[in-house]
Amino acid sequence: MANTTTPTMARSFLQVAATEEVAPPLRAVQIEGLVVLKIIKHCKELSPSLVTGQLLGLDVGSVLEVTNCFPFPIREEDEEIEAEGANYQLEMMRCLREVNVDNNTVGWYQSMLFGCFQTVELIETFMNYQENIKRCVCIIYDPSRANQGVLALKALKLSDSFMDLYRSNNFTGEKLREKNLSWVDIFEEIPIKVSNSALISAFMTELEDDTPVTQCDYDRLQLSTSPYLERNVEFLIECMDDLSIEQQKFQYYYRNLSRQQAQQQAWLQKRSQKEVGSGSYYVQIVISFCYGCFDRHLTLFSF
Amino acid sequence: MAASEQKTVLQFPPSFSSTLSAKVHPLVIFNICDCYVRRPDQAERVIGTLLGSVLPDGTVDIRNSYAVPHNESSGQVALDIDYHHNLLLSHQKVNPKEVIVGWYSTGLGVTGGSALIHEFYSREVPNPIHLTVDTGFRNGEGTIKAYVSVNLSLGDRPLAAQFQEVPLDLRMVEAERIGFDVLKSTMVDKIPSDLEGMEISMQRLLALIDDVYKYVDDVVEGHTAPDNNIGRFISDTVASLPKLSPPAFDKLVNDNVQDHLLLLYLSSITRTQLSLAEKLNTAAQIL
Repeated sequence: MANTTTPTMARSFLQVAATEEVAPPLRAVQIEGLVVLKIIKHCKELSPSLVTGQLLGLDVGSVLEVTNCFPFPIREEDEEIEAEGANYQLEMMRCLREVNVDNNTVGWYQSMLFGCFQTVELIETFMNYQENIKRCVCIIYDPSRANQGVLALKALKLSDSFMDLYRSNNFTGEKLREKNLSWVDIFEEIPIKVSNSALISAFMTELEDDTPVTQCDYDRLQLSTSPYLERNVEFLIECMDDLSIEQQKFQYYYRNLSRQQAQQQAWLQKRSQKEVGSGSYYVQIVISFCYGCFDRHLTLFSF
Repeated sequence: MAASEQKTVLQFPPSFSSTLSAKVHPLVIFNICDCYVRRPDQAERVIGTLLGSVLPDGTVDIRNSYAVPHNESSGQVALDIDYHHNLLLSHQKVNPKEVIVGWYSTGLGVTGGSALIHEFYSREVPNPIHLTVDTGFRNGEGTIKAYVSVNLSLGDRPLAAQFQEVPLDLRMVEAERIGFDVLKSTMVDKIPSDLEGMEISMQRLLALIDDVYKYVDDVVEGHTAPDNNIGRFISDTVASLPKLSPPAFDKLVNDNVQDHLLLLYLSSITRTQLSLAEKLNTAAQIL
């Protein structure tokens, strides 16, 4: 514990510890080519089932570097295999540390089909990771787009305002309007940079085929895009159905709520016209309490 | 060589190894280079296991790899066998089809210690492949070679094991799919979007067509000697285009364009509907 020698020079330990470091906002995710290849290999091998894996790397300033990753085995829905999953993870991290791989979890990756990755499970996984790691990112890969010659890789993060609301479970209309949060603001997409070490870049430059046209071009210039279009439109229709059901539920709740509140107002009006004394006050409190419970119950129901 | 009365012949086993070949996926090279860059300071080279499978026609398909910590000192090599088995089990949990097919080491050529390691691996797998990746670029280029061990025997006595090179297929279809530009440079600031990629592909296609045009013009004017094979190839390609009358072709293209326009319209309607619903539903002050 160093004490200040002069007031203008080094700050004391206490002073430094007191000032909180403000982390610079995450601006980019830097992935190694090795990680990209690994993710693609894992997702493609086991498609069409959806797979996940862990990302390892370093958190440096405003750039999150992802330097390695390992896949998770497909988990059965069984309670005792939970422990096995944790064991597998520990084992892999330990082994990778012995070969000097960065042992620091920075997020996870998962595969998806046709762009439908915005699920409740994703949000829950994000919240779980956010408890332990200050900055985590989720990388989403779509193996079906690879057949069209596109590298469909996305890095996602939950926006801070959404996270605060979710933690306090405070999804009321005013809060949403206050924070100006709509469905586009839940996830933030972060730009991806790809980096490679000099050694591998030398190897790749040498091993590159001299063909003027690569497999990538063959895939891109394919004319049969209708199956993908059809699947996407099918998903869109399903989502619209879900949305209309939710909207109807909401309308129903809203009508009930306004009816109950009108009744409550009318009752209160009637009571206040009679003389305010003895038991009526007590009855008023009981009735307001009942309506209050009903309100809260229905607020939870709408979201 | 022992002197003896009878004539003994130095035998090579029947040439099964000449039909064996190996195919390496780009992920393996990336893994090896990454492990080499991260090796501990006192190690000169990196040794690790190769995972993959053997295809029905005998080719060994090398798909994955992992490094194994080892200690090398004056001719003695110690490999961390427990680590090797642990990682193998972990990898097989994810993909049970990947089995050990050999081992790799960085550095040019095969050293004495390699024979011992190769022996260890041949106890795990009947005919392991030894892959050497020259990260030192000693010949002025990065050589990647694959070897198989072949037993030399003098008469009945086993004499030595020789590392024979096998042909290696380094075609990188997956790397091509991602795009060599992304994997080749040390830093790419942005992954090319769909439109940019399409633009690049169209430019390449146009360049190819220009080349063919120029070639045909040259041949017709007599500047280049005609090659019948190329001529037949070109005529096959042109004949494979379906015979459509211009109105039929126009109709096809227009139908497609109309489908896409319809979808654009539908999606913008959906978006408008969503924002309207949001405004209407959250406008009430009660909530």
